[in-house]
Amino acid sequence: MPLPFEKPIEDLEVKIRDMRSYAAEQNLDLSKEIQLLERRLDTLKAEIFSNLTRWQRVQVARAPGRPTGLDYLQTMFGDFQELHGDRTLGDDPAVVTGLASLEGHNLVVIAQQKGRDTKENIYRNFGMSHPSGYRKAMRMFDLADKFRLPVVTLIDTPGAYPGIAAEEQGQAWVIAESIQRMSQLEVPAVTVIVGEGGSGGALAIGIANRVIILENAIYSVISPESCAAILWRDASEAPKAAESLRLTARDLIELEVVDRIVEEPVGGAHKDPEEAMRRVGEALTEEIDSLTYLTPSKLLEQRRNRFRKLGQVRSI
Amino acid sequence: MALERFFRRNRPKRGDDDNSPAGLWMKCDDCSAQIYRKDLVANFYVCPECDHHYRMPAEARIDLLADDGSFQQWSGEIGPEDPLEFVDVEPYPERMARVQQKYSRPDAIMTGAAELDAEPVALVVMDFFFLGGSMGSVVGEEIARTAERAAEGGRSLIAVTASGGARMQEGALSLMQMAKTTVALETLAAKRLPFISVLADPTTGGVTASFATLGDLILAEPRALIGFAGPRVIQQTIKQDLPEGFQRSEFLLRKGMLDDVVARRELKPRLATYIRLLRSRLPEPSPEAVRAAAV
Repeated sequence: MPLPFEKPIEDLEVKIRDMRSYAAEQNLDLSKEIQLLERRLDTLKAEIFSNLTRWQRVQVARAPGRPTGLDYLQTMFGDFQELHGDRTLGDDPAVVTGLASLEGHNLVVIAQQKGRDTKENIYRNFGMSHPSGYRKAMRMFDLADKFRLPVVTLIDTPGAYPGIAAEEQGQAWVIAESIQRMSQLEVPAVTVIVGEGGSGGALAIGIANRVIILENAIYSVISPESCAAILWRDASEAPKAAESLRLTARDLIELEVVDRIVEEPVGGAHKDPEEAMRRVGEALTEEIDSLTYLTPSKLLEQRRNRFRKLGQVRSI
Repeated sequence: MALERFFRRNRPKRGDDDNSPAGLWMKCDDCSAQIYRKDLVANFYVCPECDHHYRMPAEARIDLLADDGSFQQWSGEIGPEDPLEFVDVEPYPERMARVQQKYSRPDAIMTGAAELDAEPVALVVMDFFFLGGSMGSVVGEEIARTAERAAEGGRSLIAVTASGGARMQEGALSLMQMAKTTVALETLAAKRLPFISVLADPTTGGVTASFATLGDLILAEPRALIGFAGPRVIQQTIKQDLPEGFQRSEFLLRKGMLDDVVARRELKPRLATYIRLLRSRLPEPSPEAVRAAAV
């Protein structure tokens, strides 16, 4: 299912496919025509994707087929070994954690995981973790400090789960603790916002030395839908809320909330997951390389200062 | 029936806005008794009949906690910007200008130094009436500065929270205040200075999910609504009724999330006792002793 604004791309792709099969069937040489159409397709993709509205980017960030946390762990990283459980409450499938390697670095990895289909989405609670997920993440922070392994976190969640059990088990408490624990890491930490960065539930594993975001990923204090429901009293005003919230990669780099944007293949990461993941891997490797030689106290100081200075105020 | 009671308690409380035009007499939101408004105010916004704790203006909160004449305000030297040029049904600066004028302060918070039963403290008091006590850059910065200044001056930190969470109109920068306030608390921890958090009605969202629940001790006022998500959001998500007393202080105490629920009239002596008990303790081990222990 293409996204609404992808329709012209989809149509042209179908046309090219038809022409190819027609050429094959009829044993005709239509390569010139096909080449022309393919060039047109590239221009069309570039045109559409360079002019996306913020709301359209929200849709790309949530698009089915976009690489998920587990896709990165299983494809981009090497030696991925999943480690389960928070040792207190259970094992939250919305957060996947473990050990992995990347270009010579052994790492602790933590990824929020949405489903790749409906069945997995239900199993993963649509990437919305319970307190157990954050406890598992904190256990991984301990492991990383103890064995001096850099931490990579991959953010992709609509938010922490708002439910009865989650509240009873102290959802707010664990998010606060996770923010605090991650800020105290004595090893390099790099976060990649790969899809949806939903509020406190995302920030809980986002206190890194460097925060990378994919070109079409988003990071926001509240979902456009909820924001619209509160401020416009109408959730269908979400496109307006998305504009107001400035939640795209380019907005966030201006606000200094993120440090680096990874450009997606033209047409979005969901159109070419391998290439998207390759680019993320490259960026991640560079960032980890650059942090490896900092002392624990320098890493702590840099990370704390990075977050301490965020915000805009004026003197009175 | 349970649900009805729940909503009754959740509904905005008429009598608690000090700036609202109100008659001399009012009907208690909880017990329906006719109460003399001045009695309510003199009783620190607690119903003299049923002990219902009303939401309370920041100034009254400071009067409640600070020894007479000891409060020295720190906040108010910074004001909000409009980093997103945010517009919903009205532009953010216009909304702010109106609220600032109404409550005579630049943002939803008051901080300062005080003596609390002669103990040196720094106070953070959030103002729920001011845009729902929401935390944007200014609120976050004031909290961070207060924590740092308290650490410098050897003061314990007391934060009384009342907030709907992070402020939408400053977008991701509001979200980042959760991280900022959290890292600023490290300065207090490094000096072993107590941070006591008092959760007042209501405390939800990004405030609960950051500095407010990182207190060395966490207290709450009776029957305060405290949580990550608001009850309406939860209800919409799970499409079930919420249990009686859900997300209220007493419920959270039973779940192990609070150190105690403390009535307003007992709050000051209780805080003083905690500070005294936490601050006179064993001497720091000497470097020689640490080395010896390591051998």
